[in-house]
Amino acid sequence: MENAIIGITFLYLLSSAGYIAYLFLQKDVLHRLSGYVLALAFLGHTATIGYNFLMAGHMPVSDLHETLSVAAWAIVGVYILFQHQFNLKVLGAFAAPLAGMAMIASDLLPRIPLLAQNSLRSIWLVFHVLAVFSGEAAFALACGIGVLYLIQEKTIKTKKRRFFYRRLPSLEFLDSSGYVCVVAGFTLLTIGLATGFVYAKMIWGKFLSWDPKEIWSGVTWLLYAALIHERLVVGWRGRKSAILAIIGFCVIIFTFLGVNLLMKGHHEVFTRW
Amino acid sequence: MLPEIVLLGLNHKTAPVELRECLAFSPDQASTALDNGVRSPHISEILLISTCNRMEILMTAPDCPPAIDTAKQMISDIKQIPVSEFSNALYVHTGNDAVRHVFRVASSLDSMVVGEPQILGQLKDAYLIAVQNKTSGVILNRLLHKTFFVAKRVRSETGIGDHAVSISYAAIELGRKIFGELEAKKVLLIGAGEMAELAVEHLIRNRSGAIFVANRTFERGVELAGRFKGQAIRFEEIPEYLKTVDIVISSTGAPGYILTPQPVKAVMRVRKNRPLFFIDIAVPRDIDPDINRMGNAYVYDIDDLKNVIDENIEDRHREAVKGERIVDEAVIQFRKWYESLDAVPTIVALRAKLEQIAESENQKTFHALKHLSEEDRSAIQRMSQSMINKILHDPMVYLRRNGCYGDKSLHIDWTRKLFNLDNDNQE
Repeated sequence: MENAIIGITFLYLLSSAGYIAYLFLQKDVLHRLSGYVLALAFLGHTATIGYNFLMAGHMPVSDLHETLSVAAWAIVGVYILFQHQFNLKVLGAFAAPLAGMAMIASDLLPRIPLLAQNSLRSIWLVFHVLAVFSGEAAFALACGIGVLYLIQEKTIKTKKRRFFYRRLPSLEFLDSSGYVCVVAGFTLLTIGLATGFVYAKMIWGKFLSWDPKEIWSGVTWLLYAALIHERLVVGWRGRKSAILAIIGFCVIIFTFLGVNLLMKGHHEVFTRW
Repeated sequence: MLPEIVLLGLNHKTAPVELRECLAFSPDQASTALDNGVRSPHISEILLISTCNRMEILMTAPDCPPAIDTAKQMISDIKQIPVSEFSNALYVHTGNDAVRHVFRVASSLDSMVVGEPQILGQLKDAYLIAVQNKTSGVILNRLLHKTFFVAKRVRSETGIGDHAVSISYAAIELGRKIFGELEAKKVLLIGAGEMAELAVEHLIRNRSGAIFVANRTFERGVELAGRFKGQAIRFEEIPEYLKTVDIVISSTGAPGYILTPQPVKAVMRVRKNRPLFFIDIAVPRDIDPDINRMGNAYVYDIDDLKNVIDENIEDRHREAVKGERIVDEAVIQFRKWYESLDAVPTIVALRAKLEQIAESENQKTFHALKHLSEEDRSAIQRMSQSMINKILHDPMVYLRRNGCYGDKSLHIDWTRKLFNLDNDNQE
C-alpha cells in the first residue's frame, strides 16, 4: 500500500513536470502524455482509496494523511472532467502540481492507528465527504483559472504580450469556464453541507453544533453565494470575479487546514497528525 | 552537357515601384513572352512570374549568356522599354542559386512581408500559363513541383505565416484574445478612414453582429453604413450605443479625445461589465487612454497595434531561419536528381542494374546445374556479359547522341523511370 501511494505520487509529479514542460515548449505530445500519466495515476489512486474504504468499512478520512490524499484525488478527478469539457490546456500545470503537493504532504504525515468508530459508518458521511471534496476541487480549479485570467488580463492591459499571451485562451473563455467551476463547486458544496447536517442530526442529534469547521464552511458558502449573486445581478465578471475566486479558495484552505489545526471541534479528528 | 537552370529578374529590393510597374506582365503578355522564348534556340524551357513586387524569368538553356541576352531583349520588345533602363535592376542566378531563389520566393522568404501567403498562388498561376503554352519541360516541371512542395513544408513546419502583420488584422487578433469568438459581436465605427474600414471588413468576415456608424456629418455616416449594411447613428448618440456594442473602432480627425472615461464608466453597470474593446486608429487619439485602466475595458491605439505588428514581424523573421534550412535541404535533393539527368551516370546505372540481374540469375542456374564444369560456367558468364553489351548498345548510342538538349534530359528521365534506376517506389 505504501509503495502504491508513493508510485501514485511519483506519477502525479511526472505528469506535473509534463504539463509544466508543455507550458514552455507548447508541444502537444507533452500535453497528451501528461494526460495519460495523470489518468493512470488517477485510476491507481481510485483503486487505493476504494481498497482502504473496503478495509476500514468507511471513507478513508480518519486522519490528515488520508484526508489530503482524498483531496488530491478529488482535484485530479474534477480536473480530468473539466479538461474533457473545456480543453484548457495550460490548466494542467496548475492542477497536477497541486495534487502532487497534497500527495507529498500526505506521504510525509504519520498514519494514526484507527479508533473503532461506528459513527463513521454512514452512507450520509460518504455523500458528505465526496460532495464537499469534489466541490472544493472545483473551487481549486476556479482559483487556478482566476490566476490565469488575471495574468492574461494584465498582458492585454499592459500591452506586453510575451510569454503568456499566446499560451492562454481568451479572457471570455477563462471568465466563463471559471464561472462554470464556481457554480459546480457551489452546487456540490451545498449538497455536501446538507448531507453533513443530516449526518450530524443522526449522530449528535442536532443539525448544527457551532463547531468552527461548520462556521467556516458556512462562511465559504456565503462567499461563493455572494460571488454568484453579484455576477447574476450586477454583472461582476472578469477581474473582480477572478479575485473573488482566488480569495474563496484561500478561505477553503483555511477551513480545511487552519480551522483544524488552530481551533478545536469535532472535525478535528479528521485532520489529526 | 546538361542544360543550365537560369533565373533573371527584379524585385522590390532591386527596383523601385515605377520600374516594377513598367515591367508588369499581364497573363496575355506572359503567354506571348513564353511563346517567343521557346522559339529562340538559346532557351529550352521558360516560365515567367509577374507580381506587384517582382518580375522573374526562369529558364533552362544550353548556354547562359546568350539565353540571358535573349530574355532581356524579349522583355524590352514586349514592354517597349530599352534594355539599359532595367538591366541594372536585374539579378541573375544560375544552377543551385537559381533553384534556391525559386524555393525562397515560393516559400515567401524573399517577400516584402515575410510569410505573406499570396506568392505561392501567383507562382502556381505562372506555372499554369507555362504548362498551357507547353513551355515547361522535364526540368521546370520537376523544379516547380518540388517548389510547391517546399513552400507547403515551410508554411506548415514553421510559424512564418503566424500572427498578424497589418494594423487591422492585429486588431482582430487582439479582439479574439478578449472575446474568444467575434461572432455576433456588435461594432461601432466612429469616423472613417481606410484602416478603420478595413478592420470593419475583417470583422464582418468573422461574422460580427450589427454594425453602427457614427460620423460628424450624418450623410457620410449613412453612406458608410450602407456599404457595411449597418446603421448610421448621430454623434451625440454614441454614449447610448456604448451600452450595447462590444467593439469600438475610432478614426476621426478630431483634435482632442471624443471619448472620456466618464461615459464609459456610466455604461459599464448597464452592460453588466461585459468587456468593451476600443481600437483607436486616429492621430491625434480619439479615445482617452485612461479608459484602459477601467475594469473590462481595453484600449489599443495605433502605436500599440504597431508594436504588436513589430513583434509579430520579428517572430516571422525568427521562423524564417527554419524555412531557410528546409530550402537548403530541398536544393541538395533537387541537385541530386538534376545531376542524374546526365547521360553518363544513367548509362552506368543502367549497366549496373543489368549486370546485377545477370549475375544473380547465373548464380541460380549454377546452383541448379551442379554438373557444369568451371569452363562451362565461365562460358555462360561470358555469354550473359555480351548479351548485356548488345542490349545496351542502341540505348547508349541514343542517349549519348547530341540532339536538342531539352529533349535529351526528357529521354534520360524516361529511361531512369522505365528501368526504375532511382528506386522511386512511390512514383
